[in-house]
Amino acid sequence: MSDITSQKLTELIKNIKDKKISSEEVTKSFVEKAEKARTLNCYITEDFDSAIKKAKKFDSKPNFNLKLPGIPIAVKDLFCTDGLKTTAGSKILNNFIPTYESTVTHNLWNEGGILLGKLNCDEFAMGSSNETSFFGNVQSPIDKNLVPGGSSGGSASALASNLTPVTIGTDTGGSIRQPASFTGTVGLKPTYGSCSRYGIVAFASSLDQAGPMAKNVKDCALLHEVMSSYDLKDSTSVDFKRNNYSELLTNNIKGKKIGIPKEYRVDGMAKEIEDLWIKGIEYIKECGAEVIDISLPHTSYALPTYYIVAPAEASSNLARYDGVKYGFRSDGENLIDMYERTRSEGFGNEVKRRIMIGTYVLSSGYYDAYYLKAQKVRKLIKNDFDEAYKKVDAILTPSTPSSAFKIGEKTNDPVSMYLNDIFTVPINLAGLPGISIPAGLDIKGYPLGLQIIGKAFDEQTLLNIAYAMEEKINFKNNIKEWWIK
Amino acid sequence: MSKTTGEYLITREKNIYEVVIGLEIHAQVLSNSKLFSSSSTKFGAEPNTQVSLVDAAFPGMLPVINEYCIKQAVKTGIGLKAKINKKSIFDRKNYFYADLPQGYQISQYKHPIVGEGTVILDMPYGQREIGIERLHLEQDAGKSIHDLDPQSTFVDLNRSGVALMEIVSKPDLRSLDEVNAYVKKIRSIMRYLETCDGNMQEGSLRADVNVSVKKKGTVDLGTRCEIKNVNSIKFMQMAIDYEANRQVDLIEEGKKIDQETRLFDIKKNETRTMRSKEDAHDYRYFPDPDLLPLELKNDFIEKIKSEIPELPDEKKKRFIDKFNLSSYEANILVSDKETSSYFEKVIKNSDVKLATNWITGELFALLNEKDLEITQSPISSENLSKLINLIKNGTISGKIAKTIFELMANGDLDPQKVVEEKGLKQESDPKALESLIDKVIAENPDKVKEYKSGKEKLFGFFVGQAMKVSDGKANPKLVNDILKKKL
Repeated sequence: MSDITSQKLTELIKNIKDKKISSEEVTKSFVEKAEKARTLNCYITEDFDSAIKKAKKFDSKPNFNLKLPGIPIAVKDLFCTDGLKTTAGSKILNNFIPTYESTVTHNLWNEGGILLGKLNCDEFAMGSSNETSFFGNVQSPIDKNLVPGGSSGGSASALASNLTPVTIGTDTGGSIRQPASFTGTVGLKPTYGSCSRYGIVAFASSLDQAGPMAKNVKDCALLHEVMSSYDLKDSTSVDFKRNNYSELLTNNIKGKKIGIPKEYRVDGMAKEIEDLWIKGIEYIKECGAEVIDISLPHTSYALPTYYIVAPAEASSNLARYDGVKYGFRSDGENLIDMYERTRSEGFGNEVKRRIMIGTYVLSSGYYDAYYLKAQKVRKLIKNDFDEAYKKVDAILTPSTPSSAFKIGEKTNDPVSMYLNDIFTVPINLAGLPGISIPAGLDIKGYPLGLQIIGKAFDEQTLLNIAYAMEEKINFKNNIKEWWIK
Repeated sequence: MSKTTGEYLITREKNIYEVVIGLEIHAQVLSNSKLFSSSSTKFGAEPNTQVSLVDAAFPGMLPVINEYCIKQAVKTGIGLKAKINKKSIFDRKNYFYADLPQGYQISQYKHPIVGEGTVILDMPYGQREIGIERLHLEQDAGKSIHDLDPQSTFVDLNRSGVALMEIVSKPDLRSLDEVNAYVKKIRSIMRYLETCDGNMQEGSLRADVNVSVKKKGTVDLGTRCEIKNVNSIKFMQMAIDYEANRQVDLIEEGKKIDQETRLFDIKKNETRTMRSKEDAHDYRYFPDPDLLPLELKNDFIEKIKSEIPELPDEKKKRFIDKFNLSSYEANILVSDKETSSYFEKVIKNSDVKLATNWITGELFALLNEKDLEITQSPISSENLSKLINLIKNGTISGKIAKTIFELMANGDLDPQKVVEEKGLKQESDPKALESLIDKVIAENPDKVKEYKSGKEKLFGFFVGQAMKVSDGKANPKLVNDILKKKL
């Protein structure tokens, strides 16, 4: 049997069900691996002792009917976990221990999953490199001093370096797909309304969506079917028929129509990205699907629209972190002084930047020109997709305009950082599902991803296409465990 | 102010001013749980014992609309004869305060659940129609308590998230009496509908008052000031009176009125600046992305319509048409739901005219004196009904009835039993009365003589004597008849 930690989720489940390995063995393997990988700084909070206890408990009375029988999983530290510190990567929640569980994580534990700990992320999920975390950078296992992407950077690194068999992240503008693309892993941003937002620290409510990250499409499909549920505690949760995605997974996509949007051929796009895309189109054809050129005319407005809508919502969502009720407080002369000190010291620069942008675009006199206009453009962007989906079943684009960059390379240039999300934000604005699958390596050996965008609530077709392409691409991640001395 | 025209004018040397008033009433929705959480809304609980994770704005918590509160708002809208908007939107009103855990209040800004409506006021000078601009739903904030500790402010979040209806009138009110009548009418409608208990002491009904003045006869409205959070009708009237005079004085001095928000200081009986227009908060309203637009289905609205009870205006009309009451009497009886239902219980088995008189007369005086609500009346509707029947069938006289009423007031006694136990039954046996009157005549030969010689005024003397001898129990009508025969 191969090293336990390099096994895929489905392999682990099979081996546990066949009683070849115990949950305890599996859990201990991942714990040991993580203890040797602290250089990567994936974890904010480890919960290893408790995880091993839970694994033993599972083994003493195993229930093999569960979908994740005794499987240890580390999750992004944006999901509230009952009794375990939840920070959102921020100083302002450094001491916050929820008394409640997010619906998504609850669904995992309900199917036998075991919490390993909480993974590093950009502060309040605001970032594309995991560099805005109060708890420090995360190193990508791909190379020293390379960013894993963000905001689910800790999740991507932990997954790619085999510290967790699968993981979950959140994606507001690309925070699952971009780090998946940077680390050679699979990341799905489900349709808005598919996974409950209850108990997830909010960044931008109309865009936030939790999703699975895995080493292959099948694992991703399985984790998604466990996570996704209709939840009365989230008014934006949608009651639609959810599949057993992994069981229905098929690589037969013959006759499916895949759109190639010309607007994604942006100026200055790296040749290797363009080549990757062309290669992807070839794979699609080899799978027997039909490729159709389409137009999404308002694509170029997506990024500016996103950087109005998301900060606007964030500026309001983050108002609750005021030092009054929970979390970090810096005492002051009076209430206003306390607010100012608490929020100045408690939030990092990127978060403050977005709160200020958001406050500005909602201010009277600017609201119509920015927020309202952005909402109108958002509608146009959604209409573009609606039109396209009259002709095609899914859309293929690159996941990111480049491969991963070095830590510190873009920290002083927020706009260049924001441009990382250029291919992913339109999908959040339109509320659609999108998946990034690893599709090749650049000349430095860094992974590159392709994004498939699906119709709302049709994650099955999306996963099937990804599954079929995965087989053709046969991607191999090139990770040497450089962090183990 | 003139009672006959309703004009409320402020007169200065050269000019006469009219006062224009609009009210924003904040009415707490009668509901067991809060607008977006399942916490209890019960008044008077220990601080911070009715607070859910949503009310305290914990990370990742999301609001979920309480359908019952929506129903209550729609019901109230129907009661105000207002347009029910099938689509409305909840917005966030952003500001920082210690008792506002989310850092924003969820309210409705551009698209309220209820649109324009009207309320009829019965004034001594005729009916007045007051326009309703809108009704919207919003969350209440918690309470900051500043006087328990010299160093700190305490926060009680029990009220945080409780549903409020903000009912905004058009600037149609023209006098203090109209303000009084308007608040009472709105409260009465909500009590009939059971959508708000209207209890001003507990803060479930408060109002912001908008006041402006203009020279009599001019059309354009003056600059208005808003007086925040006044919690009794009396204080509203005091605040308006002070504020209107302050504005008139400014105009008379040739000064400008600044549009601003003011506070009413009860102790000093004055309003003063809370914040000027320049300092006004920028609330950065935007649609709450945690909540979908609220869409109401036709059958939802129709079902609520079918559940609307008879409201004061309709009830008044019925009382006038069916029971032949005067408009004045009907108004008093329908002004609140409990009074009208008390009245209807009494008249189920007794005479309407007598019941009207006894309720609006003796009973109201009694309640007033003891400072009681009709629901706390020491005399049940059942017993009052019996008392009225005893009068109507001649068992007791009106005078005896008043004595019995007083006895009843101290313990809700059955009047029938009081009559029996105290022997207060009216004497209507002609033979007994004849012998009684014979005795009176025999004892007063001089007076009989005078009467017979033409001093007819003395008839009353004989009646009085007969009543006195009978301890007031003699049937006055029969006494009259017999006396006339005998004399």
